[in-house]
Amino acid sequence: MKFQMEDVTVYFPYDHIYPEQYHYMLDLKRALDAKGHCLLEMPTGTGKTIALLSLITSYSLSKPQNPIKLLYCTRTVHEMEKTLAELRLLHNYQLKHLGDSAKILAIGLSSRKNLCINPNVVSANSRDSVDAACRKRTASWVRELAITNPNIETCGFFEGFERVADNVILPAGVYTLQDLRAYGKMKNWCPYYLARRMVPKANVVVYSYQYMLDPKVAGIISKEMQRECVVVFDEAHNIDNVCIEALSVSVRRQTLEGATRNLSKMAQEIDRLKKTDANRLRQEYNRLVDGLAQRGNLPITDAWLANPALPDDILKEAVPGNIRKAEHFLPVLRRLVQYLKGRLETENVEKEGPVSFVASINSQAGIDQKMLKFCYDRLQSLMLTLEITDTDEFLHIQTVCDFATLVGTYSRGFSIIIEPFDERMPHIPDPVLQLSCHDASLAIKPVFDRFQSVVITSGTLSPIDLYPRLLNFHPVISRSFTMSLTRDCICPMVLTRGSDQLPVSTKFDMRSDLGVVRNYGRLLLEMVATVPDGIVCFFVSYSYMDGIINSWNEMDILKEIMQHKLVFIETQDVVETTLALDNYRKACDCGRGAVFFSVARGKVAEGIDFDRHYGRLVIMYGIPFQYTLSRILLARLEYLRETFQIKEGDFLTFDALRQAAQCVGRVIRSKADYGMMIFADKRYSRHDKRSKLPGWILSHLRDAHLNLSTDMALHIAREFLVLWGCGCSSSEKWLNHMIRLVTAERKPFCLRKTWKTWLEATPWICSFDDSSVSVYSDVGFGAKALVIITYGN
Amino acid sequence: MASRQVVMRAKYKNSVRDPGIQGVLIMMEDKISFTPDDPTSSVRVNIEVKSIKSLKFSKEGSQRALLNLILDPDIKEGGCIFEFEKFSDRDVCRDFVSRVLAKLQALQSSVKDSKTVSERPVDEQLSTAEMRHRMKLLQENIELQKLHKQFVISGVLTEAEFWATRKELLAVHASKTPKQRVGFKSAMIADVRPLTDGRSNLVTFNLTPEIIHQIFAEKPAVHKAYLSFVPRKMSEMDFWKKYCRAEYLHKTKNAVAAAAEAADDEELAVFLKHDEILASEARRKLRRVDPTLDMEADQGDDYMHLPDHGIFRDGSKETIDTEYDEYKRTLAQNLNRHAAVVLEGRALDVELGDTQTVAEALFRYKQSELATETSDENSTQERLERLSRMTEIEDLQDSHNLPFAPLCIKDPREYFDSQQANAVKALGDTEIGTKPVNCVLSTQQAYGSLKIIISEIKENGFSYPIVKPDVALKVLNGLTQHLSSTKHHLGKSPQDTVLDRLPQRTREELLHHWACIQELLKHFWSSYPITTKSLHTKVSRVKDALSEIYPKLQGIKESAQSDFRHQVSLLVQPMLQALDAAFAHYDAEMQKRPGKSAERPNGYA
Repeated sequence: MKFQMEDVTVYFPYDHIYPEQYHYMLDLKRALDAKGHCLLEMPTGTGKTIALLSLITSYSLSKPQNPIKLLYCTRTVHEMEKTLAELRLLHNYQLKHLGDSAKILAIGLSSRKNLCINPNVVSANSRDSVDAACRKRTASWVRELAITNPNIETCGFFEGFERVADNVILPAGVYTLQDLRAYGKMKNWCPYYLARRMVPKANVVVYSYQYMLDPKVAGIISKEMQRECVVVFDEAHNIDNVCIEALSVSVRRQTLEGATRNLSKMAQEIDRLKKTDANRLRQEYNRLVDGLAQRGNLPITDAWLANPALPDDILKEAVPGNIRKAEHFLPVLRRLVQYLKGRLETENVEKEGPVSFVASINSQAGIDQKMLKFCYDRLQSLMLTLEITDTDEFLHIQTVCDFATLVGTYSRGFSIIIEPFDERMPHIPDPVLQLSCHDASLAIKPVFDRFQSVVITSGTLSPIDLYPRLLNFHPVISRSFTMSLTRDCICPMVLTRGSDQLPVSTKFDMRSDLGVVRNYGRLLLEMVATVPDGIVCFFVSYSYMDGIINSWNEMDILKEIMQHKLVFIETQDVVETTLALDNYRKACDCGRGAVFFSVARGKVAEGIDFDRHYGRLVIMYGIPFQYTLSRILLARLEYLRETFQIKEGDFLTFDALRQAAQCVGRVIRSKADYGMMIFADKRYSRHDKRSKLPGWILSHLRDAHLNLSTDMALHIAREFLVLWGCGCSSSEKWLNHMIRLVTAERKPFCLRKTWKTWLEATPWICSFDDSSVSVYSDVGFGAKALVIITYGN
Repeated sequence: MASRQVVMRAKYKNSVRDPGIQGVLIMMEDKISFTPDDPTSSVRVNIEVKSIKSLKFSKEGSQRALLNLILDPDIKEGGCIFEFEKFSDRDVCRDFVSRVLAKLQALQSSVKDSKTVSERPVDEQLSTAEMRHRMKLLQENIELQKLHKQFVISGVLTEAEFWATRKELLAVHASKTPKQRVGFKSAMIADVRPLTDGRSNLVTFNLTPEIIHQIFAEKPAVHKAYLSFVPRKMSEMDFWKKYCRAEYLHKTKNAVAAAAEAADDEELAVFLKHDEILASEARRKLRRVDPTLDMEADQGDDYMHLPDHGIFRDGSKETIDTEYDEYKRTLAQNLNRHAAVVLEGRALDVELGDTQTVAEALFRYKQSELATETSDENSTQERLERLSRMTEIEDLQDSHNLPFAPLCIKDPREYFDSQQANAVKALGDTEIGTKPVNCVLSTQQAYGSLKIIISEIKENGFSYPIVKPDVALKVLNGLTQHLSSTKHHLGKSPQDTVLDRLPQRTREELLHHWACIQELLKHFWSSYPITTKSLHTKVSRVKDALSEIYPKLQGIKESAQSDFRHQVSLLVQPMLQALDAAFAHYDAEMQKRPGKSAERPNGYA
């Protein structure tokens, strides 16, 4: 449908719209008008993505003089594909109504591994080997050599692309990764570089968070974006963690050993070059003297990951004199690696700030802060000079230089933690030196500064006032929407006791108690016998899940569970997990029914939907607190307390409950869906924990469901399923929580003044201005309908 | 394929409780004989296959494997019971007998067909399955059951006649029941738990053919190893010994010990190491996974996974030492694999038992699966379609396709007969109601005719009334009266039928009679032209039954309350008419018959 929202005509591809979608769009529009940032929480299953896309594209269409560009960040590739599929739906609708003027170019961008179509390259397993295999065929010097030497393999797709590169035009439309690959195959062009080249020209770009937040990636991909961009972070409840990870590096023994190997290889290369082509080294030196760490305009294929430090913090100075010469730079790196090796040999846990760490490097290895800071740029220049193509071999030295640059650049918000072994496995020595960032606002600051509007949105952003503090920004709009439902299609319950009335919890002192394990097992057993189709269980960690599954296996509970449903488990191996999920869905599709065991904070909890029959019940075993003895977490908590005055307990509870909400929210993806959620831990009955859950769950959590035992939960589940299983099919239309937008014309005999008086006197008008009126009215379904009346000017 | 003879050891019994006499049962195509082991025993059984009426057998899993041959009561009451040692033996015999019986029956029916004239409508020799099927049909359909009871049991129609008009019911059902196969057990039986006797260090593993089959299906490496090692390299016993040894090592979760043993023994290593075949299979399957689930794609996109970037040890990720990694196998992996195999189902037609044949059959099956897998190209297209379908919020969409129930015509004849009647009626109506009008007129002509009509009216005026007032009044009165009375009886809603207003008893009687009449008339009319004597007797039988119904209908009509009498008589009228037509035809035939007995009436008389 098409409707007027203040001065913007919104094209929405469906016949109806949920009220919260309408208000969401309204707030979003206000934020765009104000050219400010906003924070919007709206429950899953209310069509956030389509509301966002449809408002922003319509907004852009209504202001053709300065169209805004949409940079849409998703967490996973399949979310990217889903977003693009929704955009395609919308785009087709707009094309139908507006014709060619609505044409836009929308592309998804991913790594080479997901876009490459060269069979010889893509057959490599990991991303790094794909990258390296690509570089081996496309680096500028390789291609130069290949002109004279036909034995050197190049990539036909890249050559095809390169021939038309400067005036390559991708016809308007929406391109998913799959479409890009297909298009590339048809044209014989490399889809990866095609997408990269089209990024500045596209109206909508959908890519992963890292392309925006991680300075290493953003530096090469997102650096040429103009200010008139709207950046959307979807499913952004974990955005602070992504920011922190983007600036954290750790160094292990393997890293240093690898780095040593890399250094000797480079030394050989330098020697070889000195004999054969000394000129090249001299040219590099001269360039560095001139202050050009980066060699001007590199061919697109030669570009490396950019500097790990944030763009504002990179010095626009020349590389310091003492590392300009390659033969001087290598010993510096050697000394650095040697120093780090020494630090790893510690027996105790050490924690240090960057300032004192840099000072001790300076005194013991003779490397000052400025040299550290330039390590990465200098290394990059050297690698280019040496024409190294197998980049996957040189990741270790790259990591060390990342570390050096970061530690040399930042003096606060970071700490260096050296642990000789993992806390939980003290008998296995595994020393690690970690540079961990504590301040999420660092990585996201350039994004807030550079772009006019940044939208942070998710189904769970509660408490919503914490995010501006964590990310240190000032949203012009910050709102939380609830889901308008007249029927309770979700049924959250808090289970505190097992059938033997003993409390259940994953609290540290209780989790290994066999009684608790058994009670948890019996709960699942009762549920698999009652609930049809799919059930999902979330555990607090992999180790806990492994432990409890083994116990259930020994107690024969697992065997009994398998009498009713097939069991699938998330493992740390993504391939296996993906296949398990696929089989899980098949089992649900064929009516066999299945249980999926998964882990909070895991990959499945982050991005896989268990909608409809894929998840009728989700059980959250315990509260997914972070591992509180982790040094990094402790350091971060300390930093948060000192800098932002956020209490440790508050942050931990907030973090645990957003994960829990994220897990249980997987089960409901649309309003026609229904599902139950069981929080199985006695601690959920406490108000301070529970109240951190998002409002849309809390509003359905009845007081009577706050302190249940297994048999009571079973009873409630039965009633819920009977109610839903027979009466409400998904095809049933939900008139009672949808609004129909009606455009009414003012009859000529009706004076504008009369209209206005009438409108003002009517109690159910929610808002109106000169051009349109939003009206809530009872339309006899016991529901609210929103009517937009536009009257003649 | 059928063997001509089956020889089996069995016990002969007179009744189920009888302990029975041990002996040898020989089954041949024409007769079945039983010779006891004890030559002194007087029991000798010789049964002609022709005399077997049907057979019964005990269910698999019950106490004893019994086979009961029910004989013609003229020859022997009760029947002959044989008890077998194993159910499989029993099944062989059972299948043989039923095959022989079926053959015999086919022979008999073909004989019957070729003769065309059968002296007495012989009861069909039915197989038990067919019999059961008919019983089931009757149970499902109460109407049918009533008719069957009324006519077949009372002897108006024979069983064969009754079912002959319902062949399609039988046929449809026969083809609709595909053979169901037993899948794998949900329980993880392949995860054999060692048994210890507690006293010694001896550990026992029990492997049954079922378990072995599951092991082969779940662990392709073991399967492959079996095919290549046994029996060339080692005996089957040794193979399983090795396998159990490896399992035991996994059970103890001692990766270091496993690695050490694997280094010594390369065959053992096969069981201990990760399954290469599974890994490659996983990679192949991954390409066909739903893109909304493909987490592997993220891995490449996530720059965090660059080694040593991001937060390494925050407690959420477990660090695994890689040295013995390949000797570790978790329960989770086993569970996933097991569930996947159960879901795939079992497609082997081989009897479990001989390990070698099972292994080979599984191998062939996998080969064929691989071949079909590579051929399907449109799967990606389908995946994409599914993706786009899932992105749409159908809730917000206006329903474009209204829900409908597909039209299911069980008996097409019935449907088309009634349709034809309607069509004929409609045709007749139009012929009477309208005069043929030339519809193809030019504007000129239309205008012209309009002008003529107008001028006519102008000239004459509405001098005479268009409708005569007294006639109009009469019609109007009649209509209103009729309308109001029907309305009164029919209630408000248009869905109500006359039937709903009738008392329950009357309605049921009416419906039942209607069904009876239909059934009988079907048989009555289908018997014409009367060519054989049997048809003649059938017609007279049916006619008698019909004439019995006639007074009953009259009775209903008269007994109906005055309110409904009109409605009832309206309902009964067509039935009576149909009956009258049949009687008239019968009488006419009868009159014709003695005179023209030599001459066969042709076509529809």
